[in-house]
Amino acid sequence: MLELKNLYKTFNPGTINAKTALNGLSLSLKEGDFVTVIGGNGAGKSTMLNAVAGTWFVDEGQILIDGTDVTKLPEYKRAVYLGRVFQDPMTGTAATMEIQENLALAKRRGKTRLLRKGITRAEHAEYRELLKVLDLGLEDRLTAKVGLLSGGQRQALTLLMATLKKPKLLLLDEHTAALDPKTAAKVLELTDMIVNRDHLTTMMITHNMKDAIRHGNRLIMMMDGKIILDISGEEKKKLTVRDLLDQFEHASGEQFANDAALLG
Amino acid sequence: MDIMNLVNALPGAAAQGLVWGIMAIGVYLTYRILDIADLTVDGTMCTGGAVCIMLMLSGCNVWIALLAATGAGILAGLVTGLLHTFMGIPAILAGILTQLSLYSVNLKILGKANQAINVDKYDLLVSLRYIKNVPFWQNTILIVAVLTIVLIAILYWFFGTELGCSLRATGCNPNMSRAQGINTARNKVIGLMLSNGLVALSSALLAQYQGFADVNMGRGAIVIGLAAVIIGEAIFGRIFRNFALRLLSVALGSILYYLVLQTVIWMGIDTDLLKLLSAAVVAIFLAIPYWKGKYFSKPVKRGGNTNA
Repeated sequence: MLELKNLYKTFNPGTINAKTALNGLSLSLKEGDFVTVIGGNGAGKSTMLNAVAGTWFVDEGQILIDGTDVTKLPEYKRAVYLGRVFQDPMTGTAATMEIQENLALAKRRGKTRLLRKGITRAEHAEYRELLKVLDLGLEDRLTAKVGLLSGGQRQALTLLMATLKKPKLLLLDEHTAALDPKTAAKVLELTDMIVNRDHLTTMMITHNMKDAIRHGNRLIMMMDGKIILDISGEEKKKLTVRDLLDQFEHASGEQFANDAALLG
Repeated sequence: MDIMNLVNALPGAAAQGLVWGIMAIGVYLTYRILDIADLTVDGTMCTGGAVCIMLMLSGCNVWIALLAATGAGILAGLVTGLLHTFMGIPAILAGILTQLSLYSVNLKILGKANQAINVDKYDLLVSLRYIKNVPFWQNTILIVAVLTIVLIAILYWFFGTELGCSLRATGCNPNMSRAQGINTARNKVIGLMLSNGLVALSSALLAQYQGFADVNMGRGAIVIGLAAVIIGEAIFGRIFRNFALRLLSVALGSILYYLVLQTVIWMGIDTDLLKLLSAAVVAIFLAIPYWKGKYFSKPVKRGGNTNA
């Protein structure tokens, strides 16, 4: 479904702030995979997601979505294949527009937008039903401006928008990190529900190791722009936070040893 | 200070305000909807008039001249849009570049700095001579008011279409828009074209109204446009929620601006100071929401990092 081949990305190349964020990253996802991504700050997790989304182009390597080479496709064209939820609840929705208008925008993802009605009468009923599933009372506030919603409500709405037109790949970039624990749990629960219902191929970045273990069928750990751990299936089910921390230290230590060797 | 002098001057001020109101609606589209301060309008506010007057002087029908003027404005918007999106120049600078080049273009269109058109010899749609003592259907105030309402109706329809909605989304949240497959660069260009088309139409009407096109007639237009937007929002913002009514409030803001201006002139202010005054009023009104947010708001609690 998703194929990342040997991706490289350096920010601010040639300056003192140069930072290699992707360093020969390769990854292959099967249809229906739900991958959780963990790693320290600056490991390249968000960079990987942005590379797939097309926020900018990678320096080297190739990105295939369902067999289509999207490496040089601009962000707005790639959106046809992707559903995205961002870390900041403000990013995923248009605050000055109504809830139903936001949904209507999402419903037309990948379609040419011309002079047809921006939202039809039939859609009102459809959105009401969809919002009911969220169980946040939003179904009665279709014409409310999104700016009036709480962070959790906005993330739930963004999730709905990301999956309204079934994406080939759902990208979740720490989408619960800015929420309080209770709301975060609720949004994660919704995520699981929607992903399972629509059999979505999903990549979810998280800082929470417990969440990373509990959700999805595969877990990858990143460091220095590469994948250093890739666990799936039965092995992942048995995984504990302790295991992950050990692995992390092990990997960091090896890195350290490598550096030491180079210096020596 | 004869009060009758003022009363007699007010209909003319209202007509002028209405004409500028169309321009202010154009500014509203870029400034409020696209979140771009587009300085192209200072140039476009002359281009429209120049095109219209020159075409009419060469015998062109007034409606065709208006259409051509609008088209010229749309082209100016296209240039700014491409400078901004295709060439990556910041929006303000892109507008300034187009505005400056339009000065030369306007001079070339006009042939000299000022071209007059005689209301008795040409079939003008609006004129300061058509305010009083004309059949009501020829009255400039009525004609511009009807035109404004038609334009508002068209814009209301347009911003309810798929394309119009995507334009609003582009201005509100470009990241979200791209994630939803919206070509934000193209939308910005469309918005700038639409806005400058309206400004040029307003300019064409203004040139007819005052009976001439002048190469300096657009100077400071952006400030007048912003003043109209801000006055309209300050006075009608709380009651006019609907998009069409918001556009109407901008047009009303423009009328109020000209009525106040006329009153200030009547009170005997040195007219050399008018532009300074306008700029000061706009600066203060722009500062008020900022000050409100900075000094009079309670700190907002953001979601914690309890999940980290």
